[in-house]
Amino acid sequence: MENQVIIADNLTKVYKMGDVEVHALRGLSLQISQGEVIAIMGPSGSGKSTLMNIIGCLDRPTSGEYYLDGERVSAIKDDQLATIRNQKVGFVFQSFNLLPRTTALANVELPLRYAGLNRGRKDRAMAALEAVGLADRIDHRPNELSGGQQQRVAIARALVNEPAIILADEPTGNLDTKSGKEIIELLLALNRERGTTLIIVTHAPDVAEQTQRIIRIRDGVVEET
Amino acid sequence: MISLWISFVEALESLSANKLRSALTILGIVIGVAAVIALVSVGRGAQSTITDSIQGIGTNLLFVFSGGTTDDVRNAKPLTMGDAEAISDPFTAPSVAGVAPVLQGSAEVTFGGEGSVTTVSGVTPGYAAVRNLKISEGEFISEEHMLGRASVVLLGPETAENLFGRKEGLVGETVRVEGQPFRVIGVLESRGGSTFGSQDDLMLVPLSTAQTRLIRRGSRDRIDILLVQAASPREVPQASEEVAQILRTRHRTEIGADDFTIFTQQDFLNTASTITNVLTIFLGGIAAISLLVGGIGIMNIMLVSVSERTREIGLRKALGAHKRDILIQFLTESSVLSLIGGLIGIALGWTFSYFVGRIANAYDAPINPSIGLDVVLLATLFSTAVGLFFGLYPANRAANLEPVEALRYE
Repeated sequence: MENQVIIADNLTKVYKMGDVEVHALRGLSLQISQGEVIAIMGPSGSGKSTLMNIIGCLDRPTSGEYYLDGERVSAIKDDQLATIRNQKVGFVFQSFNLLPRTTALANVELPLRYAGLNRGRKDRAMAALEAVGLADRIDHRPNELSGGQQQRVAIARALVNEPAIILADEPTGNLDTKSGKEIIELLLALNRERGTTLIIVTHAPDVAEQTQRIIRIRDGVVEET
Repeated sequence: MISLWISFVEALESLSANKLRSALTILGIVIGVAAVIALVSVGRGAQSTITDSIQGIGTNLLFVFSGGTTDDVRNAKPLTMGDAEAISDPFTAPSVAGVAPVLQGSAEVTFGGEGSVTTVSGVTPGYAAVRNLKISEGEFISEEHMLGRASVVLLGPETAENLFGRKEGLVGETVRVEGQPFRVIGVLESRGGSTFGSQDDLMLVPLSTAQTRLIRRGSRDRIDILLVQAASPREVPQASEEVAQILRTRHRTEIGADDFTIFTQQDFLNTASTITNVLTIFLGGIAAISLLVGGIGIMNIMLVSVSERTREIGLRKALGAHKRDILIQFLTESSVLSLIGGLIGIALGWTFSYFVGRIANAYDAPINPSIGLDVVLLATLFSTAVGLFFGLYPANRAANLEPVEALRYE
């Protein structure tokens, strides 16, 4: 059990839309071990996004317990949540979400800045960009990079703080097949080399097939396979 | 310190991403600050011009006029030579150093074809000392001139310039005052212009001459103004009291119904600076309102900017930005906006007041706008404070965005 990086126990999430209550999660439980590669799949409206938000510490469950890397995050304040996101979670988004007009290096430095790190920030950001094979593109702005290169910058940004998990939400959704493949290979390579837990939310079966375990969500609970 | 610098640079970058919009937003602050600086400095320049010219009238001076300050006084007795002699008595008025009775009017003066109408004052030999007058050439009116009712005249430098086209070598020339020949015995040194008209365009003649030939009043003995010089600036109030006592006795006025008015130079100064201060504050206040309007412009644009950048805010939060980080980011942006506006405004206000000064000088009203460091600091601080204050609401709104919703925002 000490190897479990994620423990979710009986999570529920209820949204209030006016008078109507929407139950996005209905007692979902799951565990993910250190170093695992997981795909989370499910149709839209299944509660998949809600689960991802909770795992990524962007949101809190209505009830239930959630532990990330040994920390109980189900009931802490917003600012502490921000610190945990900064330290333990690396995000990779479908639409890259890089800051425009900002160089690749500065984009990768951003999480380190919010961590309050001043010294050695540039070196660490350089190292992360090297790890994704973009050492020669550090001074380029997002609009000067291809989609695949932009997603590599995003991955460098996700791993620069050496997080416990990398959470990739449809990382290949906006990419052509070839660069999509390269991105998945990069993510898997990082998992092999660094042992970072990798959670990929995806619709694509061929992406899911490359992972060690697929968690299917339906109607707010894990669908057993 | 480093992080402050970084947020400053970052704010500049994100503001320069939307140059036109930032420039237009700044404009409100620029105009506000420029208006404050220009109006306050021009106001101050005017104030110092006015006080300078009042001080130029002479030091330790008291002006005594006939007529009371209240409506109760009717049939005010005119001031006479007898009054002047009584005040110059060192036993009854020990604080008085000198007295100069003056008869004042205007007269036409001509030389050759040139002529003009100017102020003519009948004065005694003591006038030069009391008014602190200096003579650039020739001599002042003497006792002999007084006794002989001599037809002699001293010209102000501007009057000399008007008549002769020069200010030197005029002693011995003859000018005609009201058609009568007067010999020029001297030219006064320039005292500069004043808000109340030039102090250089005048003629001085012996008082006795003026009484008999130029300015006819009801009685020969009568004079218009008594200039009294106190022994020192500290003795001005005392001298004023002594003069009042003497005049009360001589005019046999009832208590509280003086039929004369004593003005000290300090009275003039106080009145003038009160008026100019009120004007400066009033103008500055109006200008400050435009600064406030500029601040609202900043708030408006910052709100637009926050909703445009909702995704960016969400992303920053996902990467671990605390509320405080977002707050500082947007506050820095609005402060930088207003600070830049303030700096441009200072330059513009300075330029503007410089040209106002130049134009005023060209029209013979010497106003030297003085831009105090305090005004510049105040305007900078005030504009930055406006930016902070009006940036607070938008920044707070950004900081309180929910990361999940902000990330989903399209």
